[in-house]
Amino acid sequence: MVLSILHRATGVAMSIGLVVLAAWLMQAAAGPEAYLRFTATMSGFIGKLLLAGWSFAFFFHAANGVRHLAWDTGRGFDKRHADRSAWIVVGFAALATVAFWWAAT
Amino acid sequence: MSLKTPLGRVLGLGSAKEGTDHWWGQRVSAVAMIILGSWFVYSLLRLDSLTYLDVIRFIGVPLNGVLLSLLSITLAYHSYLGVQVVIEDYVHAPGTKVVSLLLSRFAHVFVAIASVYATLVIGIGS
Repeated sequence: MVLSILHRATGVAMSIGLVVLAAWLMQAAAGPEAYLRFTATMSGFIGKLLLAGWSFAFFFHAANGVRHLAWDTGRGFDKRHADRSAWIVVGFAALATVAFWWAAT
Repeated sequence: MSLKTPLGRVLGLGSAKEGTDHWWGQRVSAVAMIILGSWFVYSLLRLDSLTYLDVIRFIGVPLNGVLLSLLSITLAYHSYLGVQVVIEDYVHAPGTKVVSLLLSRFAHVFVAIASVYATLVIGIGS
């Protein structure tokens, strides 16, 4: 139940993140100075917090999306399986986020 | 005043005829996003750094440029479909709803074109 609204929330959050992804590419195309200004902004505390949030949103939305795709085939829809896959999704998202930042830094 | 029943008034008008397209488009782009998203995460981790030169070199590789463009378009499309559902679910005033849907569509097309254009500029420049 909670995951359903979280799927939407992470989706909308990433829709906003799309603007930052486009800005990243646009500033890279604009040249070194513009790009440096962009990375300087995003390495601030708020920038890092947003990036951490978007990375979690990505892993959660992806894993829960696979869960939805499995449901579309009619599998795992009973309460017992749905509860179990919910925990797997949350666990995967948390682990993947930590692993990603651990590998990235 | 019409003597037609409510059912009689709508019979033969047909459905919106686009429900399946939306549903299917969301699924197809979701599957594409699993592939492109995995590639993007993997690529970010393989980058030496996010400094200008490293990023330009990465985007300048033709295959990376193509995949990045595909990612941008698929993301924008998938995001548009998702945001559309959210707007339709939560925004009920007809005027606000139409304006929100329009703005969302414009913003998504803008973001997709901007990303692809920037990728092209970098690719051609390198």
